[in-house]
Amino acid sequence: MSDHHHKETFVTKYVFSQDHKMIAKQYLITGIVMGVIGVFMSMLFRLQLAYPEQSFSIIEAFLGRAGEGGVMTPDMYLSLVTIHGTIMVFFVLTAGLSGTFSNLLIPLQIGARDMASGFLNMISYWLFFLSSVVMVISLFVETGPASGGWTIYPPLSALPQAISGSGLGMTLWLVSMAIFIASSLMGALNYIVTVLNLRTLGMKMTRLPLTIWAFFVTAIIGVVSFPVLLSAALLLIFDRSFGTSFYLSDIFISGEVLHYKGGSPVLFEHLFWFLGHPEVYIVLLPALGITSEIIATNSRKPIFGYRAMVMSIIAIAFLSTIVWGHHMFVTGMNPFLGSVFTFTTLLIAIPSAVKGFNYITTLWKGNLQLNPAMLFSIGLVSTFITGGLTGLILGDSALDINVHDTYFVVAHFHLVMGISAIFGMFAGVYHWFPKLYGRMMNKDLGYLHFWITAISAYGVFFPMHFIGLAGLPRRYYNNTAFPIFDDLLHINKVMTVFAIIGGLAQIIFLANFFFSISKGKKAPKNPWNANTLEWTAPVEHMHGNWPGEIPAVHRWAYDYSKVDENGELWDGQDFTPQTVPIRDGEEEF
Amino acid sequence: MKALFFTIIFVALAIACWQFVKLLGLTKVENQTATERENNINGWLMLGLMGFIYGLMIYSMYGAKDMLLPQLSASAEGKHIDILFKISMTLILIVQFCLQFLIYYFTFKYRGIKGRKAYFFADSHKLEIIWTVIPTIVLAGLIIYGLWTWNEVMDSSDAENPLIVELYAKQFQWEARYAGADNELGDANVRMIEGTNTMGVDFTDKNAADDVPLMVGEGKFVKELHLPKGRKVIFKMRSQDVIHSAYMPHFRAQMNCVPGMVTEMAFTPTVTTAEMRLNDDTIDKFEAINKLREKKGEEPVEFDYLLLCNKICGSSHYNMQLKIVVDEEADFNKWLASQKTFAQN
Repeated sequence: MSDHHHKETFVTKYVFSQDHKMIAKQYLITGIVMGVIGVFMSMLFRLQLAYPEQSFSIIEAFLGRAGEGGVMTPDMYLSLVTIHGTIMVFFVLTAGLSGTFSNLLIPLQIGARDMASGFLNMISYWLFFLSSVVMVISLFVETGPASGGWTIYPPLSALPQAISGSGLGMTLWLVSMAIFIASSLMGALNYIVTVLNLRTLGMKMTRLPLTIWAFFVTAIIGVVSFPVLLSAALLLIFDRSFGTSFYLSDIFISGEVLHYKGGSPVLFEHLFWFLGHPEVYIVLLPALGITSEIIATNSRKPIFGYRAMVMSIIAIAFLSTIVWGHHMFVTGMNPFLGSVFTFTTLLIAIPSAVKGFNYITTLWKGNLQLNPAMLFSIGLVSTFITGGLTGLILGDSALDINVHDTYFVVAHFHLVMGISAIFGMFAGVYHWFPKLYGRMMNKDLGYLHFWITAISAYGVFFPMHFIGLAGLPRRYYNNTAFPIFDDLLHINKVMTVFAIIGGLAQIIFLANFFFSISKGKKAPKNPWNANTLEWTAPVEHMHGNWPGEIPAVHRWAYDYSKVDENGELWDGQDFTPQTVPIRDGEEEF
Repeated sequence: MKALFFTIIFVALAIACWQFVKLLGLTKVENQTATERENNINGWLMLGLMGFIYGLMIYSMYGAKDMLLPQLSASAEGKHIDILFKISMTLILIVQFCLQFLIYYFTFKYRGIKGRKAYFFADSHKLEIIWTVIPTIVLAGLIIYGLWTWNEVMDSSDAENPLIVELYAKQFQWEARYAGADNELGDANVRMIEGTNTMGVDFTDKNAADDVPLMVGEGKFVKELHLPKGRKVIFKMRSQDVIHSAYMPHFRAQMNCVPGMVTEMAFTPTVTTAEMRLNDDTIDKFEAINKLREKKGEEPVEFDYLLLCNKICGSSHYNMQLKIVVDEEADFNKWLASQKTFAQN
């Protein structure tokens, strides 16, 4: 543990900091910067989809040669969707979300002075930073950034002859991801060790806030599945650079037969989705954890069914590692395997349903404080259900045949993991901004941000289901080559308008965020009247989090509006922080 | 330079946003959680959002009615899929409708009021058992029915006298080969590709000579894949370069074409192209399409079955297609007889 006496220099405080709160901020800012790039890309390709032959000077301005005359090239379109996916899934919703809130909240909510290894934590952030830099550099190489889709299936991603983005752009993508995985593993190991070993006196596992449970289980899934992606990436690097044939076989391209023999692209798909599916929950579980905390606090009620929530987090995590094959029903995999994966996949609906019902019951008979964090959390529950339900279609192998890789899938996963997770991230930022920066964010801007974002999120992704059901495949540069899709163009226009409004609305958030850091109102110690430990720490950040002793914990985190036998609120207030000992005549829940 | 210009505009917008709100905020007393007024406004707006979502659902479903694929599946297997789809979709819509209502209605009804006590309700085993058991039962039904359907669709082992067709994918076109009189495809490998033998067929294999390629003459492609109505077609799929996916939405059929291996998918076409053109859904859809095309000054089009590539495969992925024609079996046989085998070429 770092002692409080040694002198901090600028470099050790702001750059190579080992303090978890500073590292959380570094993750958040990096995540936001990457998010701006990712969202901006999506606005560019939405323009292309709605107005396929029209010229836009903004496209020429940002894409240069690949957008000559204001119309992007097909290769650039594919690059944009590829990098948009990669950045949003890994850099924003994995590192930006988990990295920020796990780092900030794990030590503060379990009552630890810092992470188990501050040094490892620092390395983890800087590797993430390095991987972001490499990914951004890959946008500027001459042959274009990676363009084989974020799933980078070989042989497309292995052969520069197949698509220009599979040249240097793909190499940089792989290097960046390898570094990213190293970073993410160090982070995850640190979270697990910290949660297991550094809980304060009285903080039993059964008293952990659901945020911590979510981060903890997420870290475990990460440790189990990320190494598999690393191996997949390494084998792909071997195939690309050293002539091995792990994934490649019998290929004739650009007028010649390549030497590869005996490999199988399906092997790559298995390895990729062994991470790829758990990744969905790596993204989603922290968001659900954050939501649980915020909904309970702002409903002024305990979260309903704490134990069931913990059990369903664990069940979802377990099941998530044995369902990856549902991404591969039509890859030529043995149909019997397809049956097994259908079975395990549809089982996930049960713990998910339990979570959904428990959130709704938590709202019931509450006294809801509808601040921006709460609005985003409720929005998350809504999009999680809307998006999750269509999983019943996609997880069912027979039904998947006809909607696989269409826009139906795009709509499904954007709602259930993209929008839901980003809502969770926004909720977390609004809720814990006072803890991060000691100031409050502006509420009015927060409301405006939520309303525009929620409406445009539904406006983009709800109609999208239907162009998928009309048979429109994803990753098409345009659909003018098929007269049967002519009548879908106006839906694409509606979606693009919503996408642009929604994208621009994020400027409101950025303005609010960055100005509030220095100009926001000074935050009180416990602005939301919450129970968890982090609000007992001083507003001004300090090494070690608490002056003097670390507070001991006497109860779970959800004693909101608890009443004594006379029906009166204990102590006359509707919350009882975890540090308050059980009173005479009070029963511990 | 222009990029810089756009970036400056975005930054300026952000600054404007902040300044605007600072003006608004001057007169306000700041409450850290939400004030009663804010709860009230947002509560009502939440009801509004619910209205928006319902409206969007109804509008999308109603507006998309004419755009979707024809309700009538063009294959026997597709009919099973359609029934399962309808059951699942109905279930989803009911659950979606109810749960969204609960979320937004509770948010509205229990919006914060000063002095109201929230109800301390932390656990109820009865409720939790109810909403674990009910989804479990419903899902068990869906899983069993789904697996039965999957089996029906994927299992082509009991087909009598199926037609064997090879689909061969490459950047960015489809080729095909019928198995000919012996109904067996000759061996093929990319290492045999040379000159006009674009599919790499091994002519030393005795099964190869009677195979009918979809390509005739000096590299001229017939852009139509003919299929017979009422006879099971087993597709054997190969790819020459990267992964492609043969997607035939009207038949509810899809399978990836993977280099280095042969994948398989089968269905029985049940509706000829001519019959599908007379289908009400098809007529409505193509009327709408042709109206749009007329506005743009484009030629009117007729309905045709399509084979699309549905796995990202390179720059022209968005235009890798093949027209499919379903004929009555007699017409199909006549057409096939008029095509040249490899031996005749």
